[in-house]
Amino acid sequence: MFSNFMMNAWIVATIIAVVAGTTGFFVVLRGNSFAAHALPLGTFPGAAAAAFAGVNELFGLVVFAALGVAGISQLGRRQRNDVATALTLIFLLGLGTLFLSLSREYSQGVFALLFGDVLGVSRAEILPVAVISAIAVAATALLFRPLLLSAVSADLGAARGVAARRMEFLFLSILGLATAMALPVVGALLVFSLMVGPASAARLIVSRPLPALLLSVAIALVIVWVSIALSYLTNWPVGFFVGALAACSYGAGRGFQWLAHKAQVPSSSTNALVG
Amino acid sequence: MLFEPGFFASDPVQTALIIGGGAAVVSGVAGVFTVLRGQSFAGHALADVSSAGGSAAFLFGINPLLGFLGMAVLAAGAMDLVGVRRAQERDLVTGIVLGAGLGLTALFLYLDVTTHSTTGAAISVMFGSMFAIPPSLIAPALAVGAAALLVVGLIYRPLLLCSLDPSLADVRGVNVRAVGLLHLLVLSMAVTLSAMTIGAILSTALLIGPAAAALRLAHQPVAAILLAIAIGLAATWGGILLAYDSYDWTPGHGWPVSFCIVTIIFAVYLCTGLAPRPRARA
Repeated sequence: MFSNFMMNAWIVATIIAVVAGTTGFFVVLRGNSFAAHALPLGTFPGAAAAAFAGVNELFGLVVFAALGVAGISQLGRRQRNDVATALTLIFLLGLGTLFLSLSREYSQGVFALLFGDVLGVSRAEILPVAVISAIAVAATALLFRPLLLSAVSADLGAARGVAARRMEFLFLSILGLATAMALPVVGALLVFSLMVGPASAARLIVSRPLPALLLSVAIALVIVWVSIALSYLTNWPVGFFVGALAACSYGAGRGFQWLAHKAQVPSSSTNALVG
Repeated sequence: MLFEPGFFASDPVQTALIIGGGAAVVSGVAGVFTVLRGQSFAGHALADVSSAGGSAAFLFGINPLLGFLGMAVLAAGAMDLVGVRRAQERDLVTGIVLGAGLGLTALFLYLDVTTHSTTGAAISVMFGSMFAIPPSLIAPALAVGAAALLVVGLIYRPLLLCSLDPSLADVRGVNVRAVGLLHLLVLSMAVTLSAMTIGAILSTALLIGPAAAALRLAHQPVAAILLAIAIGLAATWGGILLAYDSYDWTPGHGWPVSFCIVTIIFAVYLCTGLAPRPRARA
């Protein structure tokens, strides 16, 4: 399990879990789940386009991620957010089907791009992933307060000079960047589960922002590690375990919230009696 | 030549025209309500999750219609069961169900490939296989479509009221939650039909595209629904025709049907942006 070729998988998956846990916290807080799903899914045809044009895969992914971010924020000016996101997504996927059919040999890669192929990570891929992840995490850290402010209250943010639309655009850009980098390794659909599951569970358990963010990263790490181990043992795709475990972590969060609520009600009533 | 020879005589084309047309009609109706209710994400998620059913059908050799529909209905039930009031939380639960469902898709597709060595399963489930639908599916597919239209017809007024103003509907004694669940059910039938034709991850195009374009032009709900159906039908049939004709334009292989349909829908949507906006929202 820890042999040489598996080490690359462990390293890259750990990096991606940290990025997904961090950005996922804001995805959940800002209610951007659809965009977080649409960006990776709309970005993956970029790989097929790059294969067709004969350029570096990462370049194609970044271009498609940029198209996605631009589409969501531009169409969002005239449409409701979810409709704008859906329209951007179908446009990118439509392009994707064309490129996929043009470069026939690429159809084998579709499964890996959608559902991830952690075990196929090569040593050369680690450095670009690490660099882009560092940029995404650093950008999130720099924008931590304004992002939080505009997420919690757009009006308050505007009063403090934080333009909600610009924040949205910046955040989507971070999301697009993280996506383009994680995609060839863990797949379009898995990135999304890893962003939404851990963060939503963390937010149910802890209410203060920073501890919630750290908890979200921790849960994401545990999910990824357990998934890789299980995938190694059973030979089943990693995406299955990540999706299932992410849903379990959310369920556990709901359960914890329910228990905490139950424990709190009697104690507060006794306090009231004593007081 | 507009219609290449043999267009109407070909069996796969006829099947594609019929089932695609049915998918366009049901998606147009369901899509208008979905856009009004701000549930594009749910519509997309149901379609994606239904792909788990599609790939399971491949694996166990059951009817693909049953596979897609069963999984979509299960997902709709799960989304409703976790039941949350705030819209933001609703997106979150949708996302969790979506993630789990796609995990299942990954598993089934993997098993498909390893046990049946059908490497094309991923492509045909996710991106559709319009010209490979067996004609025996026409009758059940149309039955599903008719059932969806019947449900919408029965709950048309309460559904419209709930979509436009849930609190007013609540005051009027409408069971908002039940109507919401029925809408999810209709939605899953609509996405099942379009997932089989243009593919699970592209079915959002047929659901949201025509409805969003129609709602930009029409002033009234009925007009919007009819317009959405018309746009959907034009795009589907136009796309099939384009894909069929394209075999002669680019020698060797044609353009994918899904690409043609999505492109037409997107072009229509962009054109509606040029039209003057309706004065008041319905």
